Amino acid sequence: MQWEIVIGLEVHTQLSTQSKIFSGASTAYGAAPNTQACVIDLALPGVLPVLNKGAVERAIKFGLSVGAKINSPSIFARKNYFYPDLPKGYQISQYELPVVQGGSIKIEVDGIEKTIRLTRAHLEEDAGKSLHEDFHGMSGIDLNRAGTPLLEIVSEPDLRSSAEAVAYAKTLHSLVRWIGICDGNMQEGSFRCDANVSVRPRGQEKFGTRCEIKNLNSFRFLEKAIDYEARRQIDILEDGGAIRQETRLYDANKDETRTMRTKEDANDYRYFPDPDLLPLEISPDWIGHIASSLPELPQVREDRYVSELSLTAYDAAVLTSSREIADYFEATVRVLPTQAKLCANWIMGDVMAQLNKEGIEIPACPIQPDSLAALLTRISDGTISGKAAKAVFESLWHGELNKDVDAIIAAKGLKQISDDGAIDKIIDQVLQANPQQVADYRNGKEKAFNSLVGQIMKATQGKANPAQVHAILKKKLEQ
Amino acid sequence: MTLTVTDVKRIADLAYIEIDNDEAEATLTQLTGIFDLIETMQAIDTSSVEPMSHAQSVTQRLRDDEITETDQRDACQAIAPQVEAGLYLVPKVIE
Repeated sequence: MQWEIVIGLEVHTQLSTQSKIFSGASTAYGAAPNTQACVIDLALPGVLPVLNKGAVERAIKFGLSVGAKINSPSIFARKNYFYPDLPKGYQISQYELPVVQGGSIKIEVDGIEKTIRLTRAHLEEDAGKSLHEDFHGMSGIDLNRAGTPLLEIVSEPDLRSSAEAVAYAKTLHSLVRWIGICDGNMQEGSFRCDANVSVRPRGQEKFGTRCEIKNLNSFRFLEKAIDYEARRQIDILEDGGAIRQETRLYDANKDETRTMRTKEDANDYRYFPDPDLLPLEISPDWIGHIASSLPELPQVREDRYVSELSLTAYDAAVLTSSREIADYFEATVRVLPTQAKLCANWIMGDVMAQLNKEGIEIPACPIQPDSLAALLTRISDGTISGKAAKAVFESLWHGELNKDVDAIIAAKGLKQISDDGAIDKIIDQVLQANPQQVADYRNGKEKAFNSLVGQIMKATQGKANPAQVHAILKKKLEQ
Repeated sequence: MTLTVTDVKRIADLAYIEIDNDEAEATLTQLTGIFDLIETMQAIDTSSVEPMSHAQSVTQRLRDDEITETDQRDACQAIAPQVEAGLYLVPKVIE
């Protein structure tokens, strides 16, 4: 039987605020245990939560960037469960009327575009961390993370393969970083995925019973966990069994998922509106203000690179994979508006390769867009060859001569010989010294031409303008 | 809606409240009374009334995103039953 996999994702993005969602404690990562857990985070008696404007603003930004409805009023609710890293005995989350309702995200898999609908995105607080190393038979609790603002983004079950799920997660990851609401650091848990997976016979309308896989903190694990889980469910169904609705954990070491809790012992969270928090009003003015501060969105920019700058869809997608790369490209192309393709090639080629080699990100690139643009200007005006440009690039990267492109070209003697007379002279010398190859070419051996070009370039130490050499040589040989 | 003693015990269990049979029976009587009250209220036509999510008709005040709390770990941990290496210690919990 042909099976269809159905996936919905819940992604927890940690919002990049300075302070927590309901207290003024710092959210900085890596502090000594409990030094950023204030009396509100500890839920000491008598404390009250006060909502962080920055967290709401980020949620609105997200909503606007996916074309969602911003609910006003929006309501906070208590999600009740008992666990020591949740000191209040409930998590403040949203149930009815989340800040963000609906919206959609476009993904692309194997060149096919698909729209994934979002159900909602709601604000909530993160829990602390339990450390289960042995503390005399007890667990240690660090509440620094308790109260960190999260935006939980829930998709509709619109994804049909692990590849689509990964494409969706990556698009979302790039978007939240692009609009500056989340640093996207997956190692530090700033972007965590839960996957709801079910299978059904192809063509059947009714969804199968789903299992939720928790805490997938890398794209690779997301893909592998879904593949494993779908296979497991298909095997059970093909053996005549039934799927039990449950929550499962992915074990990366064994590459398998295993039961965490079944539906029977699933908690009833008893959601109710939090009486400590009043309804959140979001005025149209506020929304308008945030909308006007939103950067040009990646999809819009990608389309513009194709339509206005005539880049290929592939180039446009790579250049808009992060806002930093896109902004770098933009700053370079601003200087050379007619040379978008040249700028794209150099950024996607030499710049990215060198960044990868040194393990740094583009904001830390030693060659800033104005320097790169100065270098590319010298290629496009014929001052240096593409090959010489690589040498200049090296020098720029290492900060030589104050990163002055023209000074580097002069110091290294890389200026192309574009003077017809000078090239003429060298070509004549080479032709005289190689009568056999000249004869070969005239007898129809095309290869001899390239050999002559090679010798001319050698004689000029690579400084002759290759296009000019080709033209003049051809003319002379055909005389 | 008719509530049973089993429901009462389940709710108590979820809320981590220990109750014996007598207390469960007494709670059942009280809760049933509350449910009757709710039923009476639900008989009223509220289709033209906007749902109220808070008893006061004021809206949430917002705080600017600034760090205003300093490290008070020593003071907070002075009243904790057991601490070690900056951590609060609790009976072992592993899911």
